[in-house]
Amino acid sequence: MAERTMIEAIRMALGRALADDPDVILFGEDIGIDGGVFRATDGLIQRFGSGRVRDTPLSETVIAGMAVGAGATGLKPVAEIQFMGFLYSAIDQLANHAARLRNRTRGRLTCPIVLRAPYGGGIKAPEHHSESAEAMFAHIPGLRVVIPSSPGRAYGLLLSAIRDPDPVLFLEPKRLYRAISEEVPDDGRALPIDRAIVLREGADVTLVSWGAMLTETRAAAETLGEEGISTELIDLSSLKPIDRPTIRTSVAKTGRCVIVHEAPLTAGLGAEIAADLAEHCLTGLLAPVRRVTGYDTVMPYPRIEHHYMPSTDRIAGAVRDVMAFA
Amino acid sequence: MPEPLAFLDAAGRVVGDLPDFARDGDTLRALYTAMVRARAFDTKAIALQRTGRLGTYASSLGQEAISIGLASAMTEDDVFLPSFREHGGQLWRGVTLEELFLYWGGDERGNDFAGPRQDFPVCIPVASQFPHAAGVALALQRKGTPGVAVTVGGDGATSKGDFYEALNVIGAWMLPAVFVINNNQWAISMPRTEQTHAETLADKAIAAGVPGEQVDGNDVVAVRAAAERALARARAGEGPALIECVSYRLGDHTTADDASRYRDEAEVSPHWKAEPLIRLRNHLVVAHGWGKRDEETVLRSCDAEVDAAAEAYLAIAPEPPRAMITHLFATLPADLAALAEDLADG
Repeated sequence: MAERTMIEAIRMALGRALADDPDVILFGEDIGIDGGVFRATDGLIQRFGSGRVRDTPLSETVIAGMAVGAGATGLKPVAEIQFMGFLYSAIDQLANHAARLRNRTRGRLTCPIVLRAPYGGGIKAPEHHSESAEAMFAHIPGLRVVIPSSPGRAYGLLLSAIRDPDPVLFLEPKRLYRAISEEVPDDGRALPIDRAIVLREGADVTLVSWGAMLTETRAAAETLGEEGISTELIDLSSLKPIDRPTIRTSVAKTGRCVIVHEAPLTAGLGAEIAADLAEHCLTGLLAPVRRVTGYDTVMPYPRIEHHYMPSTDRIAGAVRDVMAFA
Repeated sequence: MPEPLAFLDAAGRVVGDLPDFARDGDTLRALYTAMVRARAFDTKAIALQRTGRLGTYASSLGQEAISIGLASAMTEDDVFLPSFREHGGQLWRGVTLEELFLYWGGDERGNDFAGPRQDFPVCIPVASQFPHAAGVALALQRKGTPGVAVTVGGDGATSKGDFYEALNVIGAWMLPAVFVINNNQWAISMPRTEQTHAETLADKAIAAGVPGEQVDGNDVVAVRAAAERALARARAGEGPALIECVSYRLGDHTTADDASRYRDEAEVSPHWKAEPLIRLRNHLVVAHGWGKRDEETVLRSCDAEVDAAAEAYLAIAPEPPRAMITHLFATLPADLAALAEDLADG
């Protein structure tokens, strides 16, 4: 079986969804003949035609708003926003409409849509192209936010997002698009949504991260393992809803937790996880919960962006701190 | 600038070659009755709000001809996406008075109307309904149904990017959509003259390559005639249209507004002579023998129907607290399911 990169796995999932369900329709900027700026939709217009893989005029508001209208009228739109930095114009449609339509009509109209957007830094992209704003969207009631961390999980989670009857924001760690490959069967099998994934089991510290940051977090776990520190590694995967039981169970076992995310510290999702642990696991904690995150600043330009991203050293340092506490 | 399309002037005199539907007395009586009914709903809604029995309410006073003219041109295949001032059109299409009271009374169940199930609930964030209509039109086109997406926004909405961006895509993709502007001259306190330097709001269609037309929005015959033409074109695959209906907001923006802060009675009062009900009634009297008894019968039956609907609405108990959770997703995530359980007993 051929190994697939994440971008290939995403393309494979999109092709599978288009083949399986005639109501699935893709639209976005440059996704047709150009195949998307990252080539996520490369070749799909040739297979499925310009009626189902459509280039839109350059308007994120229309992409998101049109998805709401089409989704409520029987299609299953899977729309691409070119970069997360341009998702802000769509937030009105997501927060005011997509996330509320089922609730405000008491289920009469629904919004089975997926908005895909690449997020995150580390590829030396221009300004506005490297944001990690997932917490803003995770704050919206009625919206699911999913971030995959491997080709296989990208395939399975994108299929589950597309098959879900409610709106899902699917954020793709673009640093991982071509960084790793693994065997991914095109078997049409979706992964369960709303779940965190325990990537490795350990006894001393729970590490919670998601998306591209799992690369550094896993590297830190390897280093720490050589020092005799056993870490349990959790891929949050579903940023909304948060799979709280999986994290609580792990921390009840290890007594320590370090949360790693690329997004800025304040009001980031690490804060929510830390608060949840303080509320539910306080007596089992052996050390304060620590966060290793991007700084509270705008994403730097590429020449110094690597100083912004949480490094393996910073993560390992935080773990050693909590181990030293108790 | 051409005059807005009109068939009945403010006094109800025929000023154009009446379309066929407008020569039929039954059709005109139905349109008139619908406008009286919408106004009776409006009057009652304001009274209920003033006495603490309804939420903030946006009156359609003086603009009844717009959405009723539109709705009367639409079919069951079409999808209506109203802004918050188009009760008359919703009622024409089958939303009940009780459901409208329930919505404006602050209960989501008012949006779960029994029919027409495909129509959108009113859109509160200004202009965001235009992209929805483009998406609805895309779905109708792809599914090969003969339906058209019809949406309404106010004059203020034409200053928003959502309006231009959606107008652009319905033109670029030749979607079966009809965009309608209820130009009631006021966006809360901002008069139309300060909203834009454009000569007409219909002109805004030019940039998108979409046909734009200005009609007298107080003439239900003109609105319906323009809508019928636009809908027929869209249904035949000949593309979208923009219709600007020129009217006047006789009331406050909403019950939370006090228009006397920014406009004088002297500015408003001439418009009472041009409102849509008087002219159609005058025409009915002259052309179709509408008499005092007909008028009284319609007024009385609309008032009675509205009163009964208001009573029915007031008798509906609020939903239990868990209802704020249970409709958020088709399948509730575990933490929300637990929360709904906690809220079950209120």
